[in-house]
Amino acid sequence: MSNEYRKLLTVITESAIERDLLADMERLGAHGYTVTDARGKGSRGVRDAGWGEAGNIRVEVLCDDATAQAIALHLRMRYYDNYAMILFMSEVQVLRPEKF
Amino acid sequence: MPTLDPVVLFFLLGLAAGLARADLRLPGAGYEFLSMVLLLAIGLKGGVELARQSPAELLPQLGAVLLMGIVLPLAAYPVLRWRLARPDAASIAAHYGSVSVGTFAVAVAFLASNGVDHEAYIPVFVVLLEMPAIVVGILLARGMGRQTDWNRLGHEVFLGKGMVLMGGGLLIGWAAGPEGMRPLGGLFFDLFKGFLALFLLEMGLIAASQMASLRRHGAFLVVFGIVMPLLSALLGGWVGWLLGLSVGGTALLATLAASASYIAVPAAMRLAVPEANPTLSLAASLGVTFPFNVLVGIPIYLDLARLIHRLGA
Repeated sequence: MSNEYRKLLTVITESAIERDLLADMERLGAHGYTVTDARGKGSRGVRDAGWGEAGNIRVEVLCDDATAQAIALHLRMRYYDNYAMILFMSEVQVLRPEKF
Repeated sequence: MPTLDPVVLFFLLGLAAGLARADLRLPGAGYEFLSMVLLLAIGLKGGVELARQSPAELLPQLGAVLLMGIVLPLAAYPVLRWRLARPDAASIAAHYGSVSVGTFAVAVAFLASNGVDHEAYIPVFVVLLEMPAIVVGILLARGMGRQTDWNRLGHEVFLGKGMVLMGGGLLIGWAAGPEGMRPLGGLFFDLFKGFLALFLLEMGLIAASQMASLRRHGAFLVVFGIVMPLLSALLGGWVGWLLGLSVGGTALLATLAASASYIAVPAAMRLAVPEANPTLSLAASLGVTFPFNVLVGIPIYLDLARLIHRLGA
């Protein structure tokens, strides 16, 4: 088992901005990402994904600390004011650190 | 007396189930599929007829319809501005200047079940009316500044689901002609009403979920969501009559003017005017205007079209 650690950055936000968001993440150094459809409730009400336009997405990115901080800062500046978005980070153990 | 089309009853079922919080939820992929079939079917049907039209006759009509799509949001904006912040007013104005394909489909079904003919190329108007209000809405919110990424937005508008499927359907129908379309007719034309019924069931559920937010956002939106389509229908009916459309065609143009977008415009506004609250515009468009048009409006617009034609003649 490797002892390498990376950051797991999770963003839950509106599916309307998926394309822009992913482009931003790649530009800031993410090597990859995983997107899943999501639904839930938060300060901006129930997002039940009842139809495509009202859906949420959950984006996960595994990357090094500097990249995670850069993405988090950028998302906070660009999207927090006007979009339903939450973001959290955790430290995870990875087996193939060279991938991230 | 025009009769309530049975597909409308499916909408009522969805609405009632949603309001009663019944355990009913169409899978997202199901909704996607239904809206895809409806958009394609409407495009194909229009395309087949388009082949028979002379461009000289069609072009002035397209110009007038485009102009209507610009005038409607400009007329709605000052009324909305009276009670709402600038981005919200601009965004809602854009929703009401654009069109709802679902409402259009119900109107087509309503005319058919009442035996009223219409110009079958009218889906071209639907495609055309989707865009101008979006541009007007953004300009109302932003002015002519450089903040808007028009390239990005153009991509969103012209390559959105509605434009691609309906525009693509028009082209395929136009290229294939009535003979070529016959083998596909079973899916796209014969089953149209069945698909529409299922689509409306889901729309009822969606409308019910939007009505919850109406309770928070007050009477102004409810009144606007009912009065605005009635006034827009007057303009649409008048334009239809000026263009020499039949009674059915006039009723459809009135319906298009009266309908409010809930797919293309919300997506574009979310990107271009993010500070506008999407809850307000969707509550008005889906929670008030869509049910109003489907349940009450469309029969009124047919009567209106008849009246305009009688007065004009």
